[in-house]
Amino acid sequence: MKKNNRQFNIVLSGVGGQGLITLGNIIAEAGFLGGNEVKMSELHGLSQRGGSVAVQVRLGKGVFSPLIPQGEADLILAMERNEALKSGHFSSKKKTIFLINDFEIYSPSFGNQKLPGLGKIISEIKPFAKKVHSIKASDIVQERLGLGILAGVFMLSGAVHKGLIPISPANVLKAIKNNVPRGLELNEKAFFLAKDNFKT
Amino acid sequence: MNIEKLLYKPAGEKAILLGDFAVIRGALEAGVQFVSTYPGTPASEIGDGFSLLKKAGKGSFYFEYSTNEKVALEAGIGASFSNLKTLVAMKSFGLNVASDALLPFGYTGIRGPTVIVVADDPSCHSSGQEEENTRGFASLAHIPILEPSDPQECKDFTKIAFELSEKFEIPVILRLTTRVAHQSSIVKLGKIEKANRKAGFKKDYQRFVTMPPRVLEMHDELLDKLAKIKRESEQSAINFINDWSAVAKIGIITSGVSYLHTKEALQSLNLRIPVLKLGFFHPLPEKKIERFIKLLNKVLMVEELEPYLEKEIKILAKDANPKLKIFGKNLLPETRELTPEIVMSAIAQLAGRKLKIENSLKIGNCKLKIPQRSPNLCPGCPYWPVFNGVKQALQEAGLKREDVVFGGGIGCYMLASFIPHNLQDYLLCMGSSIGIAHGIKKANKKQKLISFVGDSSFFHAGIPALINIVHNQSNPLIILMDNQITAMTGQQPYPGIAESGRKEKGQKVKLEEIVKACGVKHLKIIEPAKDYKGFIKVVKDFLKKETVAVIIARRPCVRIKR
Repeated sequence: MKKNNRQFNIVLSGVGGQGLITLGNIIAEAGFLGGNEVKMSELHGLSQRGGSVAVQVRLGKGVFSPLIPQGEADLILAMERNEALKSGHFSSKKKTIFLINDFEIYSPSFGNQKLPGLGKIISEIKPFAKKVHSIKASDIVQERLGLGILAGVFMLSGAVHKGLIPISPANVLKAIKNNVPRGLELNEKAFFLAKDNFKT
Repeated sequence: MNIEKLLYKPAGEKAILLGDFAVIRGALEAGVQFVSTYPGTPASEIGDGFSLLKKAGKGSFYFEYSTNEKVALEAGIGASFSNLKTLVAMKSFGLNVASDALLPFGYTGIRGPTVIVVADDPSCHSSGQEEENTRGFASLAHIPILEPSDPQECKDFTKIAFELSEKFEIPVILRLTTRVAHQSSIVKLGKIEKANRKAGFKKDYQRFVTMPPRVLEMHDELLDKLAKIKRESEQSAINFINDWSAVAKIGIITSGVSYLHTKEALQSLNLRIPVLKLGFFHPLPEKKIERFIKLLNKVLMVEELEPYLEKEIKILAKDANPKLKIFGKNLLPETRELTPEIVMSAIAQLAGRKLKIENSLKIGNCKLKIPQRSPNLCPGCPYWPVFNGVKQALQEAGLKREDVVFGGGIGCYMLASFIPHNLQDYLLCMGSSIGIAHGIKKANKKQKLISFVGDSSFFHAGIPALINIVHNQSNPLIILMDNQITAMTGQQPYPGIAESGRKEKGQKVKLEEIVKACGVKHLKIIEPAKDYKGFIKVVKDFLKKETVAVIIARRPCVRIKR
């Protein structure tokens, strides 16, 4: 597949209820403010209620399909560590960076299955990725700000400040103001918390 | 951003819009006056957006959530007959329900321009019923169908659909799919027109009454209209050829989101192949297609689900270019949605290119067992004690789960089919739990049966089935899951509460009064979360009844924000 440098493809993977669509909207708007073409694809409805969710955001020039082709993700931001594996087909050794929230969400559908744990997940992903980062984002925001759902904005801010997404922090902050449904102040706190405390 | 600010941004500006919201903007630009819908993913956000605008006091249109899609369409037809510019929105299965009104509406035609937005869901991301392709209605209903690819086209085609409807006095279907309806991208906005058509029904027997022998003339007139619209389709700029080259020997014909996958694939493969992009699925611009295929050796139809285009083009090629090699479903799957890499692989084969897709971490390649994560009931959902209570009741009654059939329908109670509940033995459509229960009980009266039905489903499609059960005398136990909202699609109001999709109150219709009026003798209203033991007792008790019994399990959905 021809590598296309003009595009930047982000997969947001996680569990329904983690605020992934809002996160996608923030990235799309920040990208738009930065002069990019943007495409985002999302799913709604029952299967997203506690089920697996993957929101796709594409920035840059010459973006046509709302879906990222296989192996063409630049960044896979996994808000739940087991869900990182489910976005694996978007990854390639050449360019894909994984940023994994080291956090687990239980589902009744797991039954008695044993879950693999972060170490095994990372070693499974590594041969198919350029780089794998992980951080206990949910635990950090829970401890520092008392609200787990802020992990999304915390992770996004960390990624932007680390230079993992080619959009400016200022535009992300603007987009947060326009898109978070409530609790703007806390979201801004999560944004600034990640600016100085994002060690993967 | 709040929705009224977003959807009322000034003309000339750009906004990032979801496909569904772009349809709303298109309708506002066209000066829509009447909007009705029944929520269904991936079309739900169309109604939700209109509803939020109404609640914010914006817009000079009327909006309602109707009882079901047929009722929504009939309300729309009434508005159209009364000269209003009308939009009706629904998901694919909704059109099946509405089809009884849709087909004669093609015959009568419109008075106020009317657009019916229908959203299909290839791959059944949020549609547990069947993988429907609304294109089939083109030949059944003889109604024009337009297919946008992205939010810009969602907006523009909505306006074009209204114009077509007005010009040819016919309803027009705007067909979306999930990846169009739930795609966001930048849309350049146009001017919002003031709604200006005067309302009022003017009698016109020849036009609005479909009785024989007149109905047969109407059929002829409909086909005449369609022939005229075909000429319009030939000239329309929304059927265009991209990257035309007179020396090209290979071509592609496509529409909808498949066009975007095609463009992506051509870019990735670094290929220049002319693409005929169809905005009209029905009627097809046959002459334009003939001119396109005349010079080609090979043509590929990139389309999702059934090969409707492929069949049409095979017929056209017979005269236009009998030697043409036609590719479509021999290179592309006939079920599930297309993706860029599937299209890339088909185009590479067509062009004789080798395609190397890197080995990525597909779920199949994964050494670790990835746990399946099914959707589940929200924490605190009132359905938990219902399902648990039913199991408990069976145990106490000495019944095994195998001894009882569990009927399902469409709604959050579909989750009964997953772990940890496993309480679903059949599931087909809205209201199916009750309608099918009757046949099962008639086939074998001794078979115990419990049907779950949601409150919104009951209003939508359950009432005639319940009347049938009472009248024809069978005795299932029906548990009416009354969570006071249309929960699955995003907490829309429904007739069981005193709310509407507008600012004003709606008139509440009481479930228990309907159940009683249907002639049900055994009825219990209970809140299982509060009176769990009482619920178990009544389940045991009602399972023994000789005539149909109904339990209304009442408690609001935990997601309701009031």
